[in-house]
Amino acid sequence: MHNSKRIHRTSTLLVLRALLLSTPLLILGCGKKDDEASGERVEFLNVSYDPTREFYREFNRGFARHWEEKTGQRLNIDMSHGGSGRQARSVIDGIQADVVTLALAVDVDALAERGLLPRDWQSRLPDNSAPYQSTLAFLVRKGNPHNIRDWDDLIRPGVRVITPNPKTSGVARWNYLAAWGWALRHFDGDEAQVLDYMTKLFRNVPVLDTGARGSSTTFMDRRIGDVLINWENELLLALADRGDDFEIVVPSVSILAEPTVAWVDRNIDRRGTRAAAEAYLQFLYSDFGQELAGKHFYRPSNPAFLEKFEHQYPDLELFTIDDIFGGWATATERHFSDGGVFDQIFQR
Amino acid sequence: MEAKKTMHAPKLHRFRASSVPRTRFATTEHPAVRWLLTGITVTFLTVFLLFPLFTVFHEAFSRGMEMYLASFDDRFIRHSIKLTLMTAAIAVPLNLIFGIAAAWAVTKFDFRGKSLLVTVIDLPFSVSPVIAGFVFILIFGAHGYLGPWVEKAGIQIVFAFPGIVLATTFGTVPFIARELIPLMEAQGRDEEYAAMTLGASGWRTFFKVTLPNVKWGLFYGVILCNARAMGEFGGVEVVSGSISGRTNTMTLQIQQLYFDYATVPAFAVASVLAFLALVTLILKNALEWWSHR
Amino acid sequence: MVEAASYRFLSPPRKRQDAASTSPRCNDQETISMSPIPTLLRSLPHSARPPKPNRRVLPGFGLTLGFAVAYLGLIVLIPLAGVFLRASGMTWEEFWTITTSRSVVATYKITFGVSLAAAVTNAVFGLIAAWVLVRYRFPGKRIFDGIVDLPFALPTAVAGIALTTIYAETGFLGQFFYAWGIETAYSRIGIYIALTFIGLPFVIRCLQPVLEDLDKEVEEASATLGAGRWQTYRRIIFPAILPAWLTGFSLAYARAVGEYGSVIFISGNMPFRTEITPLIIVKYLEQYQFAEATAVAAVMLVASFIILLFINILQRWSESFGKARS
Repeated sequence: MHNSKRIHRTSTLLVLRALLLSTPLLILGCGKKDDEASGERVEFLNVSYDPTREFYREFNRGFARHWEEKTGQRLNIDMSHGGSGRQARSVIDGIQADVVTLALAVDVDALAERGLLPRDWQSRLPDNSAPYQSTLAFLVRKGNPHNIRDWDDLIRPGVRVITPNPKTSGVARWNYLAAWGWALRHFDGDEAQVLDYMTKLFRNVPVLDTGARGSSTTFMDRRIGDVLINWENELLLALADRGDDFEIVVPSVSILAEPTVAWVDRNIDRRGTRAAAEAYLQFLYSDFGQELAGKHFYRPSNPAFLEKFEHQYPDLELFTIDDIFGGWATATERHFSDGGVFDQIFQR
Repeated sequence: MEAKKTMHAPKLHRFRASSVPRTRFATTEHPAVRWLLTGITVTFLTVFLLFPLFTVFHEAFSRGMEMYLASFDDRFIRHSIKLTLMTAAIAVPLNLIFGIAAAWAVTKFDFRGKSLLVTVIDLPFSVSPVIAGFVFILIFGAHGYLGPWVEKAGIQIVFAFPGIVLATTFGTVPFIARELIPLMEAQGRDEEYAAMTLGASGWRTFFKVTLPNVKWGLFYGVILCNARAMGEFGGVEVVSGSISGRTNTMTLQIQQLYFDYATVPAFAVASVLAFLALVTLILKNALEWWSHR
Repeated sequence: MVEAASYRFLSPPRKRQDAASTSPRCNDQETISMSPIPTLLRSLPHSARPPKPNRRVLPGFGLTLGFAVAYLGLIVLIPLAGVFLRASGMTWEEFWTITTSRSVVATYKITFGVSLAAAVTNAVFGLIAAWVLVRYRFPGKRIFDGIVDLPFALPTAVAGIALTTIYAETGFLGQFFYAWGIETAYSRIGIYIALTFIGLPFVIRCLQPVLEDLDKEVEEASATLGAGRWQTYRRIIFPAILPAWLTGFSLAYARAVGEYGSVIFISGNMPFRTEITPLIIVKYLEQYQFAEATAVAAVMLVASFIILLFINILQRWSESFGKARS
């Protein structure tokens, strides 16, 4: 008894000692493993916003094939998804993005401000660097129990509205601006009434997720809220998946949202991936890219493909951010800066 | 045990032996109260501990075993598991060496500022994990103090493996040291003195005298530290950049899957970590039971 | 005594309590040991032992202390100093404006307020649970006692999604609460639930060893001397466990104030309503507002220091308290 216990003790000790002595080896070993991972394949990173996951998953496969056929170079394309603002922040802080495909031009502008790419980035690709467009719509529960038809129904007492946080999410800014644009028109430009509408709207919001995906989960899986405002493509995707539970409501007017893409010059020059990065984004405008965008419920910028998928987009009147807000810079400064209109709405 | 009691309160034993009348519930509670308190405890612990644990496994297996296993047939999930294991494989040994060194210095020597040192060891425990990630962005981010230097050297620290390791290490610094210090404090220094007097070397003294006395505590410290390292979230979220297949650890992958409508895979990955937590608890209790004998 | 002592030492959260009270409790008779040398030592009369040597007798002082300090410096202190260094680049007005802006103050109220509520809950239920786990026998006691450390070992993100699932409107418990009109998820109640979970082990694990150490004889004596049960609680038991109780409470509070992972899933993250301070730091970061993030982080750090200092004072108190008692 005594003996066996002693042996037992010794063996535990041996294990502990081995653990102690092997530490430096472990560290070395892991360091080595990391290096081996980068073989002949070229790492490539696309930093994107939330609801593009499905689209880019398919697009990346297509492009990798196309690129290997063309140049023989094999690409390992990785994705990072999240709220658009948060993603821009990662790039600013040094994440090695070769390309960014963000929800808002203003987020790419923020990169340009810090010298990651030239200020005239938007003119480098066709259609203001927006290979696909989208708009916003409402998703309600089957049968539309709250009878939500348009923007003014959202401020009725008891209606719970789900939208992400405009501070961190691209679509949330579009949501906010679309509501503002509708109200401005509805109240004939009376800003006091618009502000009142916006305040009531955000009083009806029970949850502010940081990104579009989070909001969809809150609404669809957690069953919080009566109406979700989100990307048209995100909602059409949800409907294709779970059409029995939800239906889409199209408001009378909405905003034309133009997610923009750009290669990040500073990173690609350092990493030597410029050719691939430029080709990657240009490929978005190819027939393959446009077809795929339509398939994933975006509105292709190429009119031929837009027409081809015409049937799947609801018919509504769209205004642009330049029409009403005079562009992103002014809109951001006025509405989303610290202490801006959005903050004021929450403090009222 | 008995010896101590009699030593402490021999008079009371004699006192009790005399026939002083005692009320029935003088040193315990009325059975109704006992039932009530036990009921409250069981309910409280069930609702707050057993339910969440149960939920993780329930959700993970809600679509059956096949779906559960299929969840792991995914490049990103596999990579996140590998990344988490690699991170722990570095952070835990580092904190192990630190824990032993700190415990040795604190318990075997007297020096000024000792209590300050012990307080600093505790610091990561009360600092928000978010700040733990943020500080490394402040230092190694592209606009951080060492950012330009790191960039010139061609090393990627934040949004890459080293940043994840740093944030994880920061968050798990106290665990092994905190486990060892009270044990070695209680141990005193006499045994080591004796061993040294008998001519043993410092290392030999440590391995033959100190280590055997604290091995269980050390072992538990290591497994707890490991569970915490693998479960690190807030700090890692800030420094990782959430690149699936590159910098997503298991907890970040859980977050992403959860927000991606992928409830079953999210809880499947969560169930692995919950299982690890369970193993940690079971080991802890087994160790206690062992040392009880 | 060997069993009791080692059992205690293996319980993680109790260690603070132990560190505080090791000196009074662990006299020679109690020291656990498996090697033969101490037995030899102990058999010697006290005066025959070697005189307390100076610190250079054992080797490794420079090495271990140097390593520990360097490690803490590199991993913990220098990074944290970076926050203050960055914050010191601001003027006092800037710093003040940021850290007292309405949205930030709202997060302090939620973080510090809800943490307090959670810690108080844990203090109350933790006291009951520790009492029951030490004093009573009931089926499954071993399991309940063993599972207390779960919040320590379970990753916060896992706890977050599990609690959200349970307390959402469709959840296992949430459905009942919602039926009564109580919104358990995406509200301050949700934050409260998460923070209670996070802080649960501390009070229980701090109290258990102290309760185990209480001499039942003292209670018996008190009863024999004619004290009622309430009087015994108030005069004998409560004063004895008070320092440990407060330590457990402050540990739970400290943990809750910094908590992030479990809260963000269940809170709903609404500015002014359910946004906690760590989250607003993340949000500032995500909007590349470094100055704001730094300033708020500095405030949080100072708060952590203060709470830690308070815990240290408490531990000193319980140490001297223990000495006085023994």
